[in-house]
Amino acid sequence: MADRPTLNGHRRVAIVSGIRTPFVKAGTVFSGLTALDLGRMVVQELVQRADIDPQEIDQVVFGQVIPTITATSIAREVLIAAGLPRTIEAYTVARACATSIQALTDAANTISLGLADVAIVGGTESMSDVPVFASRPLAQALVAASKGKDLPGKLRPFQKLKPKDLLPTPPAIAEYSTGMTMGESAEKMAKENGISRKEQDEIALASHRNAARAWSEGKFKDEVMHVLIPPAFEQVAERDNIVRQDSTLEALAELRPVFDKKYGTVTAGNSSPLTDGAAALVVMSEEKARSLGYEPLGFLRAYAYAATDPADQLLQGPAYAAPVALERAGMTLQDVDLFEMHEAFAAQVASNLQAFASEEFARKAGRSTPLGEVDHSRLNLTGGSIALGHPFAATGARVVLQALHELKQRGKSTAMCTVCAAGGLGVAVILERA
Amino acid sequence: MAVKIQELEANAGLSFRVEDGVAVITIDQPSEAVNTLSPEVGEELERLLERARDDANARAIVFTSGKKDNFVAGAKIEFLQKISTAADAEAVSRRGQQGFDRLDAYPKPVVAAIHGSCLGGGLELVLACDYRIASDSPKTGVGFPEVQLGLLPGAGGTQRLPRLIGAQAALDLILTGKTVRAQKARKLGILDEVCPRPILLAVAKQRAIELASGRLKPQRARGLGGTAKRFGVLKSLAHKELWTELALEDNPVGRKILFDQARKQLLKKTRGKYPAPEKALETVRVGLEEGMEQGLKTEAKLFGELVVSDVSKRLVEIFFATTELKKENGTSDPRAKPHPVKKVGVLGGGLMGSGIAYVTMANLGVPVRVKEKDDASAGRALKQVRGLLDERVKRRSLSWREADSKMALLTATTDLSGFKSADLIIEAVFEDLSLKRQVLRDVEANTGESTIFASNTSSIPIGQIAEGAKRPQNAIGMHYFSPVNKMPLLEIIRNPQTADWVTVTCVEVGKRQGKTVIVVNDGVGFYTSRALAPYMNEAAHLLAEGADIAELDRALVDFGFPVGPITLLDEVGIDVAAKVGKIMHQAFGERLGAPEVLAKIVEEGRLGRKSKKGFYTYDGKKKDVDQTVYDLLPYGRDRKQMDRQQMAERCTLQLVNEAIRCLGENILRKPRDGDVGAIFGLGFPAYLGGPFRYADSMGAAKLLERLDHWQQEHGNRFEPAPLLQELAKQGKKFYAA
Repeated sequence: MADRPTLNGHRRVAIVSGIRTPFVKAGTVFSGLTALDLGRMVVQELVQRADIDPQEIDQVVFGQVIPTITATSIAREVLIAAGLPRTIEAYTVARACATSIQALTDAANTISLGLADVAIVGGTESMSDVPVFASRPLAQALVAASKGKDLPGKLRPFQKLKPKDLLPTPPAIAEYSTGMTMGESAEKMAKENGISRKEQDEIALASHRNAARAWSEGKFKDEVMHVLIPPAFEQVAERDNIVRQDSTLEALAELRPVFDKKYGTVTAGNSSPLTDGAAALVVMSEEKARSLGYEPLGFLRAYAYAATDPADQLLQGPAYAAPVALERAGMTLQDVDLFEMHEAFAAQVASNLQAFASEEFARKAGRSTPLGEVDHSRLNLTGGSIALGHPFAATGARVVLQALHELKQRGKSTAMCTVCAAGGLGVAVILERA
Repeated sequence: MAVKIQELEANAGLSFRVEDGVAVITIDQPSEAVNTLSPEVGEELERLLERARDDANARAIVFTSGKKDNFVAGAKIEFLQKISTAADAEAVSRRGQQGFDRLDAYPKPVVAAIHGSCLGGGLELVLACDYRIASDSPKTGVGFPEVQLGLLPGAGGTQRLPRLIGAQAALDLILTGKTVRAQKARKLGILDEVCPRPILLAVAKQRAIELASGRLKPQRARGLGGTAKRFGVLKSLAHKELWTELALEDNPVGRKILFDQARKQLLKKTRGKYPAPEKALETVRVGLEEGMEQGLKTEAKLFGELVVSDVSKRLVEIFFATTELKKENGTSDPRAKPHPVKKVGVLGGGLMGSGIAYVTMANLGVPVRVKEKDDASAGRALKQVRGLLDERVKRRSLSWREADSKMALLTATTDLSGFKSADLIIEAVFEDLSLKRQVLRDVEANTGESTIFASNTSSIPIGQIAEGAKRPQNAIGMHYFSPVNKMPLLEIIRNPQTADWVTVTCVEVGKRQGKTVIVVNDGVGFYTSRALAPYMNEAAHLLAEGADIAELDRALVDFGFPVGPITLLDEVGIDVAAKVGKIMHQAFGERLGAPEVLAKIVEEGRLGRKSKKGFYTYDGKKKDVDQTVYDLLPYGRDRKQMDRQQMAERCTLQLVNEAIRCLGENILRKPRDGDVGAIFGLGFPAYLGGPFRYADSMGAAKLLERLDHWQQEHGNRFEPAPLLQELAKQGKKFYAA
């Protein structure tokens, strides 16, 4: 028993089952659904596919990055809306784009310490249903009006408003501390790291080609549920609708840069798009999985979170986290069979890979040697976020699920997943099949 | 002292205590699930009222119940059943009326604090109080269900309710027997106040004190004043009910129109077979036109007549039969216990499958997984169920949040994923033996040792479906009726191999789905489909003899069936009926052979309502006989005049005779199950009490004679059942007296 694998010395955590909705471009087939709807449906279907007695579930850990203001405790609401026993406890997590990795590692910690046996983790995001805010002056006027005692009292606060105060404000996908948007940060990294437009477009092309091939080979059959769209249930979402089979380098090269129109290289084609979707996993202690008769998809071997100054290279987090995770797993980069790297931007993927191999970066990160080269024949073999889409809170669970399925397909044993996240955060997760 | 004022009057279940200046009288009858009223309870109540009157510490009275979710369910029916003459029943009614008159005139204020159902005599009791306050719980409801038992409210209810809320609203309750929830009852004016349950008693006591001190004066003026008070002057002018009230109720001409209309509508529904609502209408009319005293007199007299009427006896018997069935587990072993059912799988999401899914998740409250052949069909199943929930949201019997939380229990799939953890799997695929066998094999291969396989077949024996099964002991039939959400019956079919725990579990599931469950033994068509077959055949024979379609349907509707046999054919599908007919023919030979007319109609693509082409037309607003269908029948469009009574008799006797065969062949375990099954599954007229009660009241000899008569005229399909011949010989009845 002594050499049985563990999670940092504690009992190992199995990922038993997982499922995701199709990932679809915001404003398309899921435009009538909320993040809660998507989360509910994915959890309902997961519980069915896993054929698990709901009474066995100890907790639900779920997240959403752009919160639904009317259902802020999304984990709890997803659990209730999915018709699970209301006696199951739940809590909501947020770590920007690594949110469902956070859900996974949180539940894994609880399970490995023996405080729970079975958990459902995941995330849901609807970029079709983002909250739109009233401007600050309008919001203040509304609050003041609600306190007014009579009609004039209720109208008075609105007198001071200017026309532009009446415009609604959508949430910004920008760093609060620097004011820079994600796209601008990617531009910055492309320039500082010398990532060419061509290299970015090649990464995007590979993402689409790999994803399209995986779909045509039926690899996503067990990973992606069909969504019968309420309330009419007549329309069916069967597959991701961002993946392009016919993508070419020429077509990608024609796109204009979005964030820096004059000198930029980051385009809509080499960035991940705004996406609606949800994904969830069933995790258990290894013993529990065995006693219930499950053949786990794989196990969580190690993980590490890291952070860098958001004013520096915002999306370089994975390069800081990966060596720590490998160290905790007692492995080197050569032990990893497959890499699943979240593709926020092709520029970020190229920058992360460059940092893995760079002596200079290793020194900056306080390490003696670089991690090494990641060869493209082991990277994102069934497509990444550029082609599949990126519903923020669902991506982490998608990446883990895809890595485990691909390991099984190829008969390999170890995978590393990385996700970069806003705020200069990053995570790396080591998964093993046995 | 403390002990003395808390004493419990064990017999009638009434207790008396004085607190906060109020005498609280609690009714909580020992070892009964609900409280009922009887002369003993009445006497005890009066004794306690006298005591409260003389108690200087009690300024007012509050009535309340000690039951969890019941106030008073009504009069004790067993007591009424024992009364043998109309005069005795009338006297009982008079005594009840006088008791409530004394309560009405009681010197101290009386407040009723109502939580749970307050029905029949219970409602009459609270109507005689000075103030009615109820909990806002969904379990709280008021109504006069008497007509459903062939009776009328006999203790002043037909007089006090119209005076309180107006004739029209009162008739709506008294003539239909429906129960209304607390908020609705408050809007109607039956209740004065509705409050949250935990503070019900406290508020009731407070109101009692306020009444005693004169601070609270309930104002219940009907007409412009009352409505204006409730809705505001402007709004009340736009209030439809107010104008109806002014136009119809408060002047003699209008009142006559109101009562004439009500009688007309009533007769359309009862066809003159159910005297109770007609008599109730009459008592309300007399009371409003000739005064309370005359009204009460009429009420008691007509109540007396109804108590001893045949129709009421039949309806009460059915009520007791269903109550009895609720307590049974469906096997001969009363100790057999159901296994827990935590998840149900449904194979096939068509009309039946989605209906079964609906009653399971909405009433049983467990997750349901429906399998269909493709996403589009799965989507239709989900839409179907969602539609049933939405209907309830529209009717306000469910909030959208409640509907959503029920819908959350339903998922659909196109494979067998999620079925492994189901405890019960109900198949509702096409009626085809080899298909059902295949489905059973698939289920067995994908599920565990203790998964029940139930077939919603309407004719194929379970033994045949389970032939070659790995676990035949887990196979059973659960025959639902369409539309599943509305039809009250579930016929469970057990094969000799079926394990007792399987039967008991399915019976429990059926009950919790809200069904009245009968358990029958295995055989082609089991009970209901088999009894219906010769009835439908006879209708087809009549068509072949030249009967007019509308006349034939009318004959059976007049007799008391909810729809006629030809309409029924159009509704279930002529092809489906022909298919079942063929199965019956094969199994039982010439006797159940269907005339060829149906096959010809199906060949022409007329399948009934689903193909919008059948015996009737489905394109216009009004449903008419499709004259072109006669071109496919003998005698063409030249239909013969036939006697309605004879048509009804021929069809009905076929059903009755086949039911008796089912009992003789041990398909039915008891006549009671046959009566309940025919009434709730086939629409057999309830006033006759079912085929066996009908046979008993006619007498075996007479029935035999009628069958002999028809046999001579139309041949051996009328051959009397052997059991009937035996009973006639012995001069016995199906039900032991």
